[in-house]
Amino acid sequence: MAEGTQSKFSRKDLLGLKDLSAEELRHLLDVAEQFRGLNLRAIKKVPTLRGKSVVHLFLEPSTRTRTSFDIAAKRLSADTFSISGSSSSTTKGETLLDTARNLAAMHPDIIVLRHKRSGAPALLSRELPGTCIVNAGDGFCEHPTQGLLDMLTIRRSIGGFRGRTVTIVGDIMHSRVARSAIYGLRTMGAGVRVCGPRTLIPPGLDSLGVEAHDHLETAIAGADVVMMLRIQQERLARGGHYFPSTREYSRLWGLDRSKLARWARKDVIVMHPGPVNRGVELEPELADSKWSVILNQVENGVAVRMAVLYLVLGGERAARSEGRGV
Amino acid sequence: MTDQRKQILDAAGVERCLKRVASEILDSCDPEVPLALVGIRSGGLPLAHRLASLIGESGGTVPSVGAVDITLYRDDLYTGLEKPSLGETVLPFGMDGYGIVLVDDVLFTGRTVRAAMGELHDYGRPRWIRLAVLVDRGHRELPIQADFVGRKVESLPVDRVVVAVGSDAAAEDGAFIVLGQS
Repeated sequence: MAEGTQSKFSRKDLLGLKDLSAEELRHLLDVAEQFRGLNLRAIKKVPTLRGKSVVHLFLEPSTRTRTSFDIAAKRLSADTFSISGSSSSTTKGETLLDTARNLAAMHPDIIVLRHKRSGAPALLSRELPGTCIVNAGDGFCEHPTQGLLDMLTIRRSIGGFRGRTVTIVGDIMHSRVARSAIYGLRTMGAGVRVCGPRTLIPPGLDSLGVEAHDHLETAIAGADVVMMLRIQQERLARGGHYFPSTREYSRLWGLDRSKLARWARKDVIVMHPGPVNRGVELEPELADSKWSVILNQVENGVAVRMAVLYLVLGGERAARSEGRGV
Repeated sequence: MTDQRKQILDAAGVERCLKRVASEILDSCDPEVPLALVGIRSGGLPLAHRLASLIGESGGTVPSVGAVDITLYRDDLYTGLEKPSLGETVLPFGMDGYGIVLVDDVLFTGRTVRAAMGELHDYGRPRWIRLAVLVDRGHRELPIQADFVGRKVESLPVDRVVVAVGSDAAAEDGAFIVLGQS
């Protein structure tokens, strides 16, 4: 009876964008688009997830992602519970699996997990078949909701993916943001280039159809989107020597208005997952300029997370398993 | 398995019902209160457009037309029924002080109407809300009745009532009852 898009996402978890089909990605973005409208209303709350509980298990620091998930869940009327690394028993040596099993025994509907180990959400997904797991960033692996909000921002700004080129600049090696964006964008048919110090470009990108560039000039020439990544100083400080100095990094791989004006398309858009190291990877004035869609990314984040919470818990999956139709 | 299908209304019947409902809406409304028709997606929206132009043709001011998508307000999202697509709610008028006529194709349990009223209240405080439907097939599960009814029909709960009506009058317009296996 219903028109258009239905039963195109029937997963219980969102662990990453790697395994999602183009149809699933498109459906997620379409549903997020509908939730964008909701976020512009005077009353931004709908009763959709009333009586459902969402646990935000953030075992690594995060402000933006956690707030965004929290707002998304509350706008859907879910009850939310937040557990952070410092306040939890993980500081007393409890393993992730024990923490998760104990949480699951209290029957939450969704666990949103951020963890410093790659693969932690996949582990929970296997161990807790009755709970939906949403990955909010795991180690160097994936950050799927960030990838989706980047994709939604790109689609809204330039109209689509096929035949478009997205350049990702910075620490690709340690970036789950880059990884999720690469998987999603490649599946949707966009061209992806990466650029940064050789020490921060991981091997094996060819097999994903990603071009690696050494020079910012060639990397951003003709690109529709330039995505600047944060230099994760806290990560690099831990014994990593990947480039001589932040000053040199900024000179070679930082982006400013003058480089953009000389090398890039006039209508290029500049993205950044935040938080911005102003003056390191991005000139402060550029972050606030007409090229920047950084705040659109944040805005789209809430809509994307609402779509994810709605779909993983979804009646779409229930409909499939019970085979009943209207 | 072939569906047993019985026609309730043909194109002329649909047109006749809509004309009558349009004039009833016009007669019952205080001209001082601004009027808007809100179609419930997806079946109610084309009917709301048809009624708006019919009201204009019979001498009234053409009312604004909006649409509600009630998916996020349903009470059966997690009960295993098929989940419909998420459509857009568009209410291009301030809700406050308006007289709202909700429009749907078929009135059955009343749950859709309950959800639609919940959603309208999240947008503002209408002066009043009334309900217009093309087909009332009975079997209410909530204390909800329509103010304007095109056609009442007898049906069994297992039957389906299908309305095929576009935003413009067409020869293919019609309403059918598809008999279920009881």
